[in-house]
Amino acid sequence: MHMLSQFNRKTICIISSALLLALLPMLATLAGEPYLVSLFSRILIYALAAASLDLILGYGGLVSLGHAAFFGIGAYTVGILAHHDFEETALISWPLFIPGSDSGLVAWPVAILVSALLAAIIGALSLRTRGMHFIMITLAFAQMLFFFFVSLEGYGGDDGLTLFSRNTLPGLDLGDDVQFYYVCLALLGAFLFLAGRLVESRFGMVIRGCRESEKRMQSLGFPTFRYKLLCFVIAGGAAGLAGALIANQVEYVSPGLMHWTRSAIILVMVLLGGSGTLYGPVLGAAAFLLLEEVLSIYTEHWMVYFGPVMILVVLFARHGLFGILVGKENRHG
Amino acid sequence: MLLFIEQILNGLQLGVTLFLMSAGLTLVFGIMQVINLAHGSFYMIGAYVAATVTALSGSFLLGLAVALPATAVIGMLVEAIVLRRLYKKEHVDQVLATFGLIMFFNELTRIIWGRQPLFMDVPSWLSGSVELIPGIPYPSYRIAVIGVGLLVALFLYLMFTRTRIGMQIRAGASNREMAGALGINIRLLYTLVFGLGTLLAGLAGVMAGPILAVEAGMGESILILTFVVIVIGGIGSVRGAFIGALLVGMVDTLGRAFLPALFRMFLSSAHADGVAASVASMSIYILMAIILIWRPQGLLPAHS
Amino acid sequence: MAEPLLRIKSLCKSFGAVRACHDLSLDVHAGEIHALIGPNGAGKTTLLNQIAGDLSSDSGRIFLTGQEITHLPLYRRAPLGLARSYQITSVFANLSVEENMLLAIQAHHGHSFRFWGRGLKDPQLLAELGPALEAVGLSERAETIAGNLSHGEKKQLEVGMALACKPQLLLLDEPMAGMGPGGSIELSKLIRKLKKEMTILLVEHDMEAIFSLADRITVLVYGEVVATGSVDEIRSNPAVRQAYLGEEN
Ligand SMILES: Nc1ncnc2c1ncn2[C@@H]1O[C@H](COP(=O)(O)OP(=O)(O)O)[C@@H](O)[C@H]1O
Ligand SMILES: [Mg+2]
Repeated sequence: MHMLSQFNRKTICIISSALLLALLPMLATLAGEPYLVSLFSRILIYALAAASLDLILGYGGLVSLGHAAFFGIGAYTVGILAHHDFEETALISWPLFIPGSDSGLVAWPVAILVSALLAAIIGALSLRTRGMHFIMITLAFAQMLFFFFVSLEGYGGDDGLTLFSRNTLPGLDLGDDVQFYYVCLALLGAFLFLAGRLVESRFGMVIRGCRESEKRMQSLGFPTFRYKLLCFVIAGGAAGLAGALIANQVEYVSPGLMHWTRSAIILVMVLLGGSGTLYGPVLGAAAFLLLEEVLSIYTEHWMVYFGPVMILVVLFARHGLFGILVGKENRHG
Repeated sequence: MLLFIEQILNGLQLGVTLFLMSAGLTLVFGIMQVINLAHGSFYMIGAYVAATVTALSGSFLLGLAVALPATAVIGMLVEAIVLRRLYKKEHVDQVLATFGLIMFFNELTRIIWGRQPLFMDVPSWLSGSVELIPGIPYPSYRIAVIGVGLLVALFLYLMFTRTRIGMQIRAGASNREMAGALGINIRLLYTLVFGLGTLLAGLAGVMAGPILAVEAGMGESILILTFVVIVIGGIGSVRGAFIGALLVGMVDTLGRAFLPALFRMFLSSAHADGVAASVASMSIYILMAIILIWRPQGLLPAHS
Repeated sequence: MAEPLLRIKSLCKSFGAVRACHDLSLDVHAGEIHALIGPNGAGKTTLLNQIAGDLSSDSGRIFLTGQEITHLPLYRRAPLGLARSYQITSVFANLSVEENMLLAIQAHHGHSFRFWGRGLKDPQLLAELGPALEAVGLSERAETIAGNLSHGEKKQLEVGMALACKPQLLLLDEPMAGMGPGGSIELSKLIRKLKKEMTILLVEHDMEAIFSLADRITVLVYGEVVATGSVDEIRSNPAVRQAYLGEEN
């Protein structure tokens, strides 16, 4: 009986938030606040980044403090492709001539691939370690990338790159905020659905087992490294897609997108919402960005309040907002 | 050649600053098993306090004398109020809470001191330069920084090898249960170690004050370098931190100074500078990656 | 004589100054229940850890069906037919009982790079799940979170997971400790039944159970083998009586 009521609460929460998000552009128009649409696009994009981090953090137990690297690299992929397309120069001129592109059908999959590839390299190195080492190493590699782009004068260095316009998609006008919003919503929905299947599949079971005890998994015969690496790569690819979207939303990319504080903020979103739930991070992203929006109306120094709030969350509300809404799941740890 | 020696000294100076930062933090990691992102905040606090006191009194030494106990006391308070509650929590909680501390301290300094960076003058008695090696003048202040750093290293070495408290700390770093079984007052020890760490971070901040701009967020850039040092040296090992700090200081400084010339031998100069800048900015991370592949636990891990 | 299923040759392992395993040689033959006894700290768990691959050895060699496994990584030993239970139960505390069991089953069903179908609805896995839970009497508790099980039930799950791996050689580390008399009797029955399917290396303190179950017994003291033999041989061995049984009484 208890299980059932918990299940219902969860379903009700998810359905009602999905409905709210689906109707949001309409509500925003009714309320005369069209600005809300772009704020919520931003929320959806960060929700995607946070949910992808939840795959490795919440399910895999891997505390990566470098997730913004993949977010940033996805954004830069879109930015660089658009830059060459606009300047009509070659992305690569030898041995093949490869031009830039402003098509979402090209740029977004490439963004996913590039960030997944990067995740494979960073993951292969950092997954050799665990615990505190892993945290510091993912952080360090992400910072390396940050400094790399800062020093990359050809693509704007510190100042970043401005996009001439948003990417194109056949039959859609992404320049229109509402259409762009629905594209973000659809992609987030698709990711949540696929990731939801993933964590319950055999693969997901292995990942969840690794979170509990990697050694025990190995003693059952699982070569855990490969599974964790693939999970890291999948999460990296999804973060890359989120990056591609953020580049489109603000039509600007800069190294700041992959600064370690951005990684930390994505992590905050996951924990604020509740890790290991996929939907929690969506809630966390919304809560964080809305809170930032509201608090900064009252004071420019909102962080001086938000910092202690985070400490209180750690000490007293470990299950996050989703845990509070849905009811704490009857699990250990 | 002149340039080379000067750059070696610059590398040494960065190295000892990193050592001051990492010596305390690696102990906090090793002994309390807590990941503390807020260590850079104490570097910042040290710099701000020293800059303010120096500006008011006109005495750098007074600034130093106020800043050191101030960071140590603030550090111990933070340990007692926040960190202590995190020891038994998961790493991810520690990350979140100490990130909260960073946000708090950064914003607090903005409220108190504003958004404009403060500048600290080199004290007049250290403002000249000396020829340590004949024909190579080098700023006295920087030499003083190197000297202080090396003295602290010596002091820590003696403390860990010759004194009771030092050995207790080392026992705690390599085996917590054992230290507890030996009847060491763990709680007090933790607070003291944390205070020592923040004092050293404060010292690093004070000394960086006249060289860098004192501003909110200054702690974070050095924090990441400190992490690289700790990963290279091995968590919990002060000796590892010393070696790691010097390595990182040298590789970073020499990379920035000499990679452009090196790359100009192969590439056109416009290209060479760009590539060199990129590679130099990544050099210490590449160093870290190589060491990780070779020894995932760092050069001198405390727990083996 | 046929080649032993497990052959250990001059194995050594030290923790600092503690010699937990010293020049230890031991054969376990296919089909037997081989009991490993010895006082606390004798090095029994350390030996199992080395066989299973949880610990590396300082020197010496380990063979399973003639193949050397001394340096084989942990995860490559299970596919060769090795499974174990831990003395300190190490079930996945945040997963349900059935999920725990499923992982053990999944482990020997080929690779797990399958991303779509739900593990808990996979007919291939489910076919083995029911009997596996049944075998250790946990059918009723399938949906309970493993961390909420009683100590005895955790031990049952632990053993059940090892069984679900369908090993050739099963290593059991004090499976009856803390189980209560009812549980011990159940488990003794189960072990006797398993004898037909697999070889068992059993570490146990319950002498009554040992004497009734074991085919052969090895006595370990301070990391060294004091004696190996049949139950009667061990019972009457004066060195054993003095070194071990003497202590017990
Ligand atoms: N990880 C370890 N580190 C240090 N000493 C250990 C470790 N594991 C076991 N020992 C020591 O090795 C000896 C054998 O322990 P163990 O194999 O657990 O004995 P048993 O299982 O027979 O009770 C003991 O003295 C124990 O203290
Ligand atoms: Mg034991």
